[in-house]
Amino acid sequence: MLSLPFVYLVYAVFNNLLGANPIETITQFTGEWALRILLLSLAMTPLRMVLKKPWPIRLRRMVGLFAFFYVLLHLSTYALLDQQLDVSAIVADIIDRPYITVGFVAFVILVPLALTSTKGMMKRLGKRWQSLHKMVYVAAVASVIHYVWLTRGDQLEPMVYLAVLVGLLLFRVKKFVPRTA
Amino acid sequence: MKDWMRIAGITSSEITDEQTFRRRRALIQAATAAGMTGFIGTDAMAKEIGPISKWADSATEKQTTEEIATTYNNFYELGTDKGDPVKNADKLITDPWSVVVDGECDAPGTFTLEDILKPHAIEERVYRLRCVEAWSMVIPWNGFALADLLKRFKPNSNAKYVSFETLNDPDLPGMKSRVLDWPYREGLRIDEAMHPLSFMAIGMYGKEIPGQNGAPMRLVVPWKYGYKSIKSIVRISFTEKQPQTSWNMSAPHEYGFYSNVNPEVSHPRWSQAKERRLAGETSGLSALFTKKIDSQFMNGYGEEVAELYADMDLKKFF
Repeated sequence: MLSLPFVYLVYAVFNNLLGANPIETITQFTGEWALRILLLSLAMTPLRMVLKKPWPIRLRRMVGLFAFFYVLLHLSTYALLDQQLDVSAIVADIIDRPYITVGFVAFVILVPLALTSTKGMMKRLGKRWQSLHKMVYVAAVASVIHYVWLTRGDQLEPMVYLAVLVGLLLFRVKKFVPRTA
Repeated sequence: MKDWMRIAGITSSEITDEQTFRRRRALIQAATAAGMTGFIGTDAMAKEIGPISKWADSATEKQTTEEIATTYNNFYELGTDKGDPVKNADKLITDPWSVVVDGECDAPGTFTLEDILKPHAIEERVYRLRCVEAWSMVIPWNGFALADLLKRFKPNSNAKYVSFETLNDPDLPGMKSRVLDWPYREGLRIDEAMHPLSFMAIGMYGKEIPGQNGAPMRLVVPWKYGYKSIKSIVRISFTEKQPQTSWNMSAPHEYGFYSNVNPEVSHPRWSQAKERRLAGETSGLSALFTKKIDSQFMNGYGEEVAELYADMDLKKFF
């Protein structure tokens, strides 16, 4: 189901449904889906706790990898199509433009998480796997900041994502903080 | 037929109806084939303008297709997505229309659109339009020199600036959001406004300007970022002090009063060195592999406007 946006995107490219500025449309489309699915992956543990069912955790890896897939599409649209692999321009962007810096940071964090998402790596890393994968929260915060900072004018949509993220974070904080009676 | 259309040379006789009918039919066929419907409504209703003389110095680059130029717009009163203005264009009521002229001038007043347009011969000028978001178009505008209009109001010696306001109609779908401090405001120094390149457009592509592009009259200042070219003007004021301008009010460190196109001065959040030219000539996969082009100082009008900014530090007055 999470592959549907990608299927639509391919269909839209070949049927000229992307409007006047297709590269911008693809960049926004892949970015928004990356963020949505990343937040969805963060919702899996809370969902399990609320529903008291095991299935959200079984889906968690797949959802996370789909998020990474859209992050990859988003980044390669920028690097390949928008910047035409102009390495010096890309490096300058990452250094000079805070919203690109934080976006890139999010990507760099997600790479090892994607690479260590297999059952084998989970076993091999043991306890360290948990602490490593908590970095996904840092990546999510960076992603939302990336969206807030790049938006010109109307901040409503980025704020909705921010609200969802804060909600998810609060849920986890509540769980981690030991209750004092 | 409305008077001002006749005055402005807009034809509406049986001939136009026939043409409109044919164009509408051709467009519906094309649109059905392409699986799109958003474009037909507004175009089919557009009135043709004539006669139009051609300006000698028009840009010679490949023109943006009318479809692209009328469906990809920044007009926040009609919504913040690029596709919103064309969808909501019918909410913009342009008949009747009047313009208040006030401030430091000897012939102020409230003018109907007919009054405004009456004395002006319509000219076609093809200008590059460079948006601050680093995309650009090449558009044939129909209108007249802004200076010819402003002189009629007899600005006095205190008139150092001209400010403009867009229609402030709370019923417009985009105005419910507080994304900008309404009404939309723009301004020019008086010598910028009187510069022969500054243009008041009432049409584009030989037709009455559609709502999403700023009906019934809008500014076109080709050497400045697009947001300076204020749409759907209802007020023109001559002032002694530099007027407030909407984007500058919203983010002063990002958008200066001058807002001249300048590849050397980056927007704090993105580079202005290059731009993506939206011409509408590519499709499918090939549209994804078009190169950006280098942005030009003053959008390529540097020679013409150089005298306006002699001795000015353009990094400071961005």
